[in-house]
Amino acid sequence: MEFKTFVFYFLSVILVFAGLRVITARNPVHAALYLVLAFFTASGVWMLLQAEFLAIALVLVYVGAVMVLFLFVVMMLDINVDRIREGFWSYLPLGAIIGLLMAAEMGLVLGGNYLGLFESSVAQTSADFSNVQAVGRLMFTEYVYPFELASVILLVGIVAAVALTQREKRKNKAVDPSQQVFVKAKDRYRVLQMPAEKRD
Amino acid sequence: MMVDALQGFLQGLFGSVFPLVWVVLKIVLIIAPLLLAVAYLTFWERKVIGWMQVRIGPNRVGPWGLIQPIADGLKLLLKEVVIPTGSDKSVFLLAPMFAFAPALAAWAVIPFNDTLVLANVNASLLYIMSITSIGVYGIILSGWASNSKYAFLGGMRSAAQMISYEVSMGLALVVVLMVSNSLNLGDIVGGQGRGYFADKGLGFLSWNWLPLLPMFVVYLVSIVAETNRAPFDLAEGESEIVGFHCEYSGMAFAVFFLAEYANMILVSTLTSILFLGGWLSPVGFLPDGILWLFLKISAVLFVFLWIRATFPRYRYDQIMRLGWKVFIPLCLIWLVVVGAWMMSPLNIWK
Repeated sequence: MEFKTFVFYFLSVILVFAGLRVITARNPVHAALYLVLAFFTASGVWMLLQAEFLAIALVLVYVGAVMVLFLFVVMMLDINVDRIREGFWSYLPLGAIIGLLMAAEMGLVLGGNYLGLFESSVAQTSADFSNVQAVGRLMFTEYVYPFELASVILLVGIVAAVALTQREKRKNKAVDPSQQVFVKAKDRYRVLQMPAEKRD
Repeated sequence: MMVDALQGFLQGLFGSVFPLVWVVLKIVLIIAPLLLAVAYLTFWERKVIGWMQVRIGPNRVGPWGLIQPIADGLKLLLKEVVIPTGSDKSVFLLAPMFAFAPALAAWAVIPFNDTLVLANVNASLLYIMSITSIGVYGIILSGWASNSKYAFLGGMRSAAQMISYEVSMGLALVVVLMVSNSLNLGDIVGGQGRGYFADKGLGFLSWNWLPLLPMFVVYLVSIVAETNRAPFDLAEGESEIVGFHCEYSGMAFAVFFLAEYANMILVSTLTSILFLGGWLSPVGFLPDGILWLFLKISAVLFVFLWIRATFPRYRYDQIMRLGWKVFIPLCLIWLVVVGAWMMSPLNIWK
């Protein structure tokens, strides 16, 4: 077995295990941590496919930022596992349909090569080929309008998130830093001259 | 010569698994001196702060107190690791590793000179940014797993601080990679060796710190905040506030401590490479070399200690204000300014 194949199967086993544990772990924080592990190993698999930009971006964005905020929320929520399980049987048909659909889609993508639906082979590139540069060049030449459009949508998302959390004026007792900076010592205290009293 | 001989010997010894053995050997050659440097950085910190406060610092164990870090390490090893009741044991023990491992893994792509680098990858700067962003898990998880409200609040506080300053750090790096036209750390250093002043023999004026001075200052302050060091050390402001590792003891605590110092060395190395010309010599008549890199790292580390001994601790809302309302807008404006500069005829990074 080639070393690369060994690495692939090693990462895949971890990935599948982590993916299964995400949905079977009872503790929501553990589930989120297994999701982190799944992202990390998936990035390893992408690295094997010579998609180093995607692999690093996955770790940077999903592991480094998204999952951190996710963990914040999961840790602070008071999650009652029994109440979540209450509606299990009523949700099962819908969940099963979605699950089957996803499995079918994955089957099409993975089985596509064998069924001859489409051609897909990973182009082998030399070691000094810069994936990042290639992605960047395409993004700012051929796909510049979709890219700019996506960034505007993200900006709207940011503004909306800020607007949603700041709907009413909050009673904030914070002091304006520009006022703080200009405070002089004599604004805060005054020195009194007290003549010494004579003892009788 | 000696390296070649060793390589040949090991090749005979291990046969087909030789490349793996060779890489492991190189990793050990990076990690072992790093851990030693971490130990002596704690010693150096206590000495420097001692001198700044007109004290002597550690001076009892060994000549000039030089064995002190070893003694500290042994003491921490022998102490009991107390695991609080009701804590999540596996996550509790996993958290220090999460904090420490990224600080070591990032060294894989750090170049020491033109050729001396473990993995010379094109996207090394991206790799470092993504690997170091994992370090925040150590803080969040330790806060949560301790099953203590104090540790949890401390973890939230430190994690929010680290995430905030990662943004301004990242934006400062974007400016650097814009002017270097590369994500490869070796190329970024190489780019700093060219320019008007470098041709005149005054290389230190061609390094990135001068043309990108605002970004250099932002980066320098951000790394202090990112490593949770004074004056941004709300994680363990021992005199007034409790932090994420208040339930940790013995070696589990020591690993957090080691992670902090390993991170300090890592970000100092990054500052030296990105802004201070890496292994390049400051003047034309002296040769470039790895010694310059070590000298620059030590200088940046000294600034860390100097800052710690000089400034009073920031208040938490002031830290957040500095990160979000001062540094990020400053970085964004400077990004546009440098972009316009590069497009103008005055571009100095051709």
